[in-house]
Amino acid sequence: MFAASSLTEALTQIAVAFTSANPAVGVSFNFAGSGELVTQIEQGAPADAFVSADDTTMARLVGAGEAAGEPVSIATNTMAIIVEPGNPKRITSVADLADPDLIVVLCAATVPCGKGAATILANAAVEVTPSSLEDSVKGVVTKVELGEADAGIVFATDVKGAGDDAVGVVIPASVNVINHYPMVVTAASRNPEAAQAFIDFVAGPAGQAMLGQYGFLAP
Amino acid sequence: MLALACIAIGFFALPLVGLLWRAPWSSAWGYLTDDGSLTALRLSMLCSLWATALSITFGVPLAWLLARVPFRGSGVVRALCMLSMVLPPVVGGVALLFALGRRGLVGQWLDRWFDLRLPFTTAGVVVAQTFVAMPFLVITVEAALRQLDSRFEDASRTLGASRWYTFRRVTLPAIRPALIAGAVLAWARALGEFGATIAFAGSFPGTTQTMPLAIYLALETNPEQAIVLALVLIAVSFAVLIGLRDRWFGGRQSTPPTAVPR
Repeated sequence: MFAASSLTEALTQIAVAFTSANPAVGVSFNFAGSGELVTQIEQGAPADAFVSADDTTMARLVGAGEAAGEPVSIATNTMAIIVEPGNPKRITSVADLADPDLIVVLCAATVPCGKGAATILANAAVEVTPSSLEDSVKGVVTKVELGEADAGIVFATDVKGAGDDAVGVVIPASVNVINHYPMVVTAASRNPEAAQAFIDFVAGPAGQAMLGQYGFLAP
Repeated sequence: MLALACIAIGFFALPLVGLLWRAPWSSAWGYLTDDGSLTALRLSMLCSLWATALSITFGVPLAWLLARVPFRGSGVVRALCMLSMVLPPVVGGVALLFALGRRGLVGQWLDRWFDLRLPFTTAGVVVAQTFVAMPFLVITVEAALRQLDSRFEDASRTLGASRWYTFRRVTLPAIRPALIAGAVLAWARALGEFGATIAFAGSFPGTTQTMPLAIYLALETNPEQAIVLALVLIAVSFAVLIGLRDRWFGGRQSTPPTAVPR
């Protein structure tokens, strides 16, 4: 399974449930940025299924003829501002991020979390000067968790995944983005039935319940 | 032997041929002269040269200490100083944050007393690169010092030269090939450094986004641009490595009989 890194915890837990229900099938993961995963699949990496953190990256895979069938949406995710526990800088809105004294870290515009952050900042008409453009959403989370950065824009699920090390500030739906997570069996899959069974399991009630625990919303 | 050596050559050459094969030659010039590429290349050269200079400044004395001064626990000290060679670079970068970050062991005092912050600065990139590159210089220079006949140094000392004068006029010339080889290794490692840099210093065009970081980001959306940037990095490194070899390790130059074979 090649999966966007924001799904790391949720999919790992779902896989445990899946393999205990289907002992004959083993599930292993390659978690990375969606775009990097598509590049790997295009270059012949042995993936049975792919799940992307946005529709655009999935469209790249489909366009390259590497997808078998239509992708299905398995979850959605919104974005939030991630800050240190207790929100010491009193950040309450997207507009607060424009403060030049704040150390703000965003994802690079080439990865889904960066595209989402750019859309939100444009929607809210806010200009931010980031200190760093991270290559993955985990990079942003780590910088805030370790106290190097005061704030960042990440997926709501990443805030939940950070546990006690960071808290989230809600971004209102009027400026927020909704990200779909499409999943598909790859054209080169050597176990297409098993891959499809796993996708069905993720999209089914058990998978959805576990995705919900990690802050994902229904597709 | 020859067959195995040829396999090794092929093993190193094939990935390069692969890059050349996939390179978008028609649009290469556009990617090359792109402002972003030039900024990243300039930053990479600047930071890697600084990292090499710092590695020499601190690494040569460290190598001297390890090779020439016997003390209890020198084995532990050596292992400690080589640790960053085997540590996954991202882990090294996070460890640097724990030490020198805004909330780090030492970093919090740098921040409080001197208003000095390394993460997200070009200096931070140099620190990260030095951290992973210096052991390559230390290991090379230490090996050379160990193989150097210490009677030359002893002779110099008994003739009244100071320790520093002896080091400068006797030791340093004798280990010069090893010093240069070590510096080149450290420079190459710094130039290609990715993990520690992004973990410790972040990635921002012009301040912390070096070539490897720019290449990795380009790979996400524009693999063609990534290939062109990678080839530029390879060409620069190749030119330096070949140039240095002819100039310093060509074997034409006469070296003292005690000098270490490279």
